Amino acid sequence: MMDHPTRIDLIRNIERALRDESLQRQMGKAMPASRRARADAAAELPEWESLRSTAAGIKDHVLANLEKYLRQLESQVSALGGTVHWASDAAEARAIITDLARSRGVRRIVKSKSMTTEEIFLNPALEAAGASVVETDLGEYVVQLAGERPSHLIAPVVHKPTEEIADLFVKKLGVPRYERPEELARVAREVLRAEFLAAEMGITGVNFAIAESGTLVIVENEGNARLTTTRPRIHMAVMGVEKVLPHLADLSVFLRILARSGTGQRSSVYVSLLTGPRRAGETDGPEELHLIILDNGRRRLLADPDLRGALRCIRCGACQNECPVYQHAGGHAYGSVYAGPIGAVLTPAYEGLERARDLPFASTLCRACADVCPVKIDLPGMLVELRARAVRTGLVSWRDRMLLGAWTFFTGSPARFMLAGSLGRLAQRLVARGGKIERLPYPLSGWTAHRAAPVLASTPFRTWWKSRQGEGR
Amino acid sequence: MKPVALFVTCLVDQLYPNVGEASVRVLERAGCTVAFFEEQTCCGQAAFNNGFQEEARVLARRFLDVFAHAPAIVAPSGSCADMVREWYPHLFRDTPALLNLARSIASRTYELSEYLVRVLGVTDLGARFPATVTYHPSCHGLRGLGLRDEPLGLLRAVRDLRLVELPAAEQCCGFGGFFSIKFAALSGAMLSAKLDTIEASGAEVVTATDVSCLMHISGGLSRRGSRVRALHLAEILAGS
Ligand code: SF4
Repeated sequence: MMDHPTRIDLIRNIERALRDESLQRQMGKAMPASRRARADAAAELPEWESLRSTAAGIKDHVLANLEKYLRQLESQVSALGGTVHWASDAAEARAIITDLARSRGVRRIVKSKSMTTEEIFLNPALEAAGASVVETDLGEYVVQLAGERPSHLIAPVVHKPTEEIADLFVKKLGVPRYERPEELARVAREVLRAEFLAAEMGITGVNFAIAESGTLVIVENEGNARLTTTRPRIHMAVMGVEKVLPHLADLSVFLRILARSGTGQRSSVYVSLLTGPRRAGETDGPEELHLIILDNGRRRLLADPDLRGALRCIRCGACQNECPVYQHAGGHAYGSVYAGPIGAVLTPAYEGLERARDLPFASTLCRACADVCPVKIDLPGMLVELRARAVRTGLVSWRDRMLLGAWTFFTGSPARFMLAGSLGRLAQRLVARGGKIERLPYPLSGWTAHRAAPVLASTPFRTWWKSRQGEGR
Repeated sequence: MKPVALFVTCLVDQLYPNVGEASVRVLERAGCTVAFFEEQTCCGQAAFNNGFQEEARVLARRFLDVFAHAPAIVAPSGSCADMVREWYPHLFRDTPALLNLARSIASRTYELSEYLVRVLGVTDLGARFPATVTYHPSCHGLRGLGLRDEPLGLLRAVRDLRLVELPAAEQCCGFGGFFSIKFAALSGAMLSAKLDTIEASGAEVVTATDVSCLMHISGGLSRRGSRVRALHLAEILAGS
């Protein structure tokens, strides 16, 4: 299976997204609401800033002692009767899961709450292995019906207006056209209920895994993760190595910042703490619990001092809601499972800068993302670092090189700078009308496609300054 | 008399010298003696932001040399001041010989409104500007330097100026340097959203602390045929 095909053409994807009126309308509605919710929820807590620092500190401590906590987690989960599998990459993770499903004769699978399984392209692999897989988060279910991938970390279907979902249900489920979100949710729940009852395996992600107790924590709002982890015979949990936390006490910090950052809730509706499979004498819970601990590029990131901080990410989606680029582009434009500012860092880190070379450049460096990130990831700093790497390895276009080369050449000394000004003043006679320029030639034509350009002043500041000094001031 | 060295920035020098002139007047009015070192060019932000760190280092090196002995360096640009403050120490982190100078220069570099209000403690410069004005907080000044009340305080003290609120003020205008050319359509879409809010504010003038954002905004206003004018904060403060 080809995990990461060709280069992501972000610029073309964005231009397509900008022409998609329904997407623009939908994002224009959803994003400001999410931003307001987060801002209000954060403002409610006087200790918000200190919570962020504490959370960042815990994450850094975990990252500095990662192998120790992972081993502790493994031994705790095993002691409880669960099985821990280590997967170094997506292919290995897929193989572990499909082999297990095959060996247990699993034919029906329900899934919940997992970007990590999106990251490893799990569904097609399971289907190829003869199992049906149904997403049970409402948003994910819609995305699956539409044959798409999630476009947001916690709101996978945020890009789709309700009317489109209504049409999709009519087409794919053969139900009458319902228009209200609650009715659509009811229809989906009815379908999903049958799936829960029939499934032999439930697959979930993991928000946090507690090393000291072997507890897996899943945070959600719909309750379907509960069903996914308890109703089927086998629970398969997939987590990235960075999801481990040392102590149960650490959890309270993260639960507070996660819900507030993601949806603006004070707390998520359901927080499930799963400690081991069903024990003798218990009446519910899965008979088998498998935990897959996935690397897939994370340890490489850990070894990278400039980008390591990205592993603090708790996938709250706040940076996406805040990012003006994401707001216009939508998640799919990023061409990968992680979108927005965090995606612009993770995708090049996981899938290679060569494939994702434009992503780090898709930012005005406005820093709104860094301001809201609850674990204080320096996303703009990482974008700048990735840009430098793209330049160093020859991954920027000839045009960009030329523009920046010319800029740095002409600003290299006052003489060259004045020369550039003089040349520019000569050249602009051809194009300036009424104190502005409506059309610049390539490579600057992009500027005048959307705005008029200013003209160079007839007298630069330094000339004025000289004459002023001359006047004896 | 407070001695300050004006870092006029490359865009101001060539495109908006009147902003430089206004900055000189405002600083003098606030009791400063202004020096302009002619060896200065560009802080290197454009190169740095686009990943050309070697080139940025060369420009930053020049800046360090030029301003090494300046007691205070003031720029009519939040993004250039932020470049010096935030990134110069980073650029020279592996060059111990320059790191101290970079840190010291960083600690002496200010954006204009920041210097006036935080360092000099001046908000009323005796300016008069009869117009309805709205203020766009440019991202680097806002989030990099933490400028919130400083520019607003200065504007409130201007006689005959009616300050009106800009809806969704803290959203980026979409300039982003070469971003505006590389992602031209996207930058245009962000600009368009900003222009909508500027027009909705009812202002005749939109102001900011960066000519770069203003160049982008005024280019958009002009393309729209809008009557709203874009002026740098210094131009308003120099009004009388
Ligand atoms: S980078 Fe920060 S804001 Fe973005 S999803 Fe991760 S934790 Fe949330």
